[in-house]
Amino acid sequence: MRICIPAKGPETGDFVDERFGRAPYYLIYDTETGKTESFRNPAAEAMGGVGPRAAQALLDHEVNVLVTARVGGNALGALKAGGISILLYDGAGRTVSDAIAAYRHGGLAEQ
Amino acid sequence: MKITVASGKGGTGKSMVAANLAWSLSGSGQVTLVDCDVEEPNLHLFFAADQPSVSTVTMQVPGVDQDRCTLCGECAGFCAFGALVVAKDRVLFFPAHCHSCGGCAIVCPAGAITETARPIGTITEQRISPSLRLVTGTLNEGEVLAVKVIREAKETAGTGGWVIFDASPGTSCPVVETLEGSDFCLLVTESTPFGLHDLALAYDVASQMGIPSGVIINRSDGKDEAAHRFCDEKGIPVLAVIPFERRIAEIQGSGDLISRRDPFWKDRFCAIGRTCRSLVEGA
Repeated sequence: MRICIPAKGPETGDFVDERFGRAPYYLIYDTETGKTESFRNPAAEAMGGVGPRAAQALLDHEVNVLVTARVGGNALGALKAGGISILLYDGAGRTVSDAIAAYRHGGLAEQ
Repeated sequence: MKITVASGKGGTGKSMVAANLAWSLSGSGQVTLVDCDVEEPNLHLFFAADQPSVSTVTMQVPGVDQDRCTLCGECAGFCAFGALVVAKDRVLFFPAHCHSCGGCAIVCPAGAITETARPIGTITEQRISPSLRLVTGTLNEGEVLAVKVIREAKETAGTGGWVIFDASPGTSCPVVETLEGSDFCLLVTESTPFGLHDLALAYDVASQMGIPSGVIINRSDGKDEAAHRFCDEKGIPVLAVIPFERRIAEIQGSGDLISRRDPFWKDRFCAIGRTCRSLVEGA
């Protein structure tokens, strides 16, 4: 399973970004290998259509689960159609490591 | 002779000026009045008209043949507006994001995308009098492509006689589209810091497009020094000052036109039209 967490920076010690589409980075945690990787969000600075474009980036990176505070309507449709499930996590003031720990602990509600 | 009435700031009296100018000039020539404020057109409220003729404005949007589609992702990668997402087993289309550029159909290597027409608004034509025609562009609720509706309203209006375009507030794409091809830009302002600030922006747009401007100061309380100073500095002629008067407000508020009720104003607006033409022809 590949778990995606929107973040303000590329490291696991960086803060979670509560905005899914506008987050500058996405970190992906692989539950099988226990490793993380990151990539820049190509839509972060875009004028419009940010949600679908960010969703496309996640689909391209073969993400299975998105852990985030909230997802807008257009992105939601694209993520669901792509088979990505969304787990709600209020990341204010938390790091990516915290978010991964919360995911592993379980009990996050699905959007 | 094509004149666009613009202002920058909303509520300065663009529609009032456009309607009065068109009505006055139609006393001695053919006039087409075009409502280019397609998100909230309202010029029709000033006139009683015969049966309108309505046509539909469409935009081209991609339709994906899912059987031909190889899910390669070229279309979504090309779209600058996030209107297409390639999911695991199909392509998703978000019509509200599409700008109708047609690029996706061109880049698709499988020939899976064909464009289809989707309605986004209407053009309404009304005959107000034998010499006055009203063309109204209306953008459907929730749609974004105002410029497409404005362009079609302009095409419907044609170029014969006087053509008066009522622009939307602001200085963005719809205003630029309205101004495109005009001979003259009539800027309506009010003597407030807000009116003046946006007058400067609107003037900048018209001058960058190479369109000569003139100013009408509306709802004047007699303290118009700042507006006059601005116009003097830029060399913009002030073509009229309309006072802030209860009588004018009452006529306007009842849905009537000051030029229809008062020959003085009819003459004034005819004179404004003639001045616009002489400024264009003298330029």
